[in-house]
Parts: sequence; C-alpha cells; structure tokens
Amino acid sequence: MPNVHVPTVLRPRVGGASTVEVPGASLREVFDAIEARHPGFGESIVEDGELRRFVNVFVDDEDVRYLDGLDTEVSAGTDVVILPAVAGGR
Amino acid sequence: MEIPHEAREAMIAHARFCFPEEACGLFAMDDADLVTMVYALTNTEHSPVAYTVDPTEHFRAMRHAERNGWRLGGVFHSHTHTAAYPSNTDVARALEPEWVYTLVSLQDPDRPEVRSYRITDGNISEIEMVVTESPH
Repeated sequence: MPNVHVPTVLRPRVGGASTVEVPGASLREVFDAIEARHPGFGESIVEDGELRRFVNVFVDDEDVRYLDGLDTEVSAGTDVVILPAVAGGR
Repeated sequence: MEIPHEAREAMIAHARFCFPEEACGLFAMDDADLVTMVYALTNTEHSPVAYTVDPTEHFRAMRHAERNGWRLGGVFHSHTHTAAYPSNTDVARALEPEWVYTLVSLQDPDRPEVRSYRITDGNISEIEMVVTESPH
C-alpha cells in the first residue's frame, strides 16, 4: 500500500500519526481512503477536486503538479509526501 | 539555537541578493539545535511584500537534511523595509510549531538585523540565537 507522510499540521486530523498506509491506485483514491478513515482530512488537501493552493504533494520525490495531479498513479510502496507551502508576507 | 557566524551571514547575503524582493530559505539543524546548513531558496512570489518557498526546492532541502542526519529546523525570510518581527501574515501561515522562524531585516541596509522566533497557535516568542565560530 502507498505510504503517506503527514505533516505536523495535519496529524491531528489522522489521529496523530506521522504516516498512514492506505490502499489506492491513484493519489485521489489514496486521499479518499484516508478521508473514509478520518473524516475531515480530505478538505484540508483537496478543494473543488483539485489540490489546495498551499498544499504540495510529492510522489516518489516528484511534485505531482508536474505529474498527473490527483490522478498520479501510485502503487504498493509508493512514498507520498504532503508538504504545506512555506509562506508569509507583511 | 546556535548558528555559525557564516550561516547567519549567508542569510543576510541572500536577503541582499534578492532585494528589493523578499528573500527566503530554509535551514537544517542537528540534534543539539545547531544550524548545520542554510538553503538559500527561490521566492516564487518574486514580491517585496510576500514569499512562498519554491516547493520543489523545499522538498530537495528536506531530503538533503535527512540524508545528513539533520532535520529542517526552520525558515528564514527578509523584511525589506520593516523590523525583524513576524508580520500578521507570517503568523497566520506559520504551520510548524517546532520550527524556528527567522527574520532578516534590511530596514537599515548597513545594519541588518536577524532575529528568531517560535510561532505556536498564533503566539510569537523570541528565541536566543547564539552565534558561534564556524565548525569547519
């Protein structure tokens, strides 16, 4: 199963875990599977069917925005890393 | 936190290099909270009033830190015309309670100011930066 690394800010939404293993053949399926286990998780990642602006996701070390977005294929052992954007300003 | 003199200078140099845009980057720390690496990264906003760290560079820096047995310990960015203190936006977007948020102010270009904070649940607390000699 894909292995999803959850950033600090989202851990309260998955029961405090830093990694979550769920089944899924695409990133969308993986996030849906987490949402099924932890209702409320999905809305922190996805908005109107797309990745939220300040959320970055890497599949096997590549930014999914340069792959197929939420349709990026994943398989057993795929590393999925969620990184919130680091941002600020006055 | 402890920071080698040259690492602090690297943050100031990146701030000056990017001026008049805000500069940003990340830094790695070891288990003793010593800054072990400064990553001068791209501000994808290219703005004098806002920054977003390039996500791919963020990811690469994280992997680099991990490979060396360090962790990403925090983020630095510059304020070109205001003090080295987190803005309301900085606080609102501070998502890592364990990170150090470092500000480089170029308000007085001849005397840049570097200060560090933790930002937890909207609360700002300054942390001491002990500047050390370079370990190398």
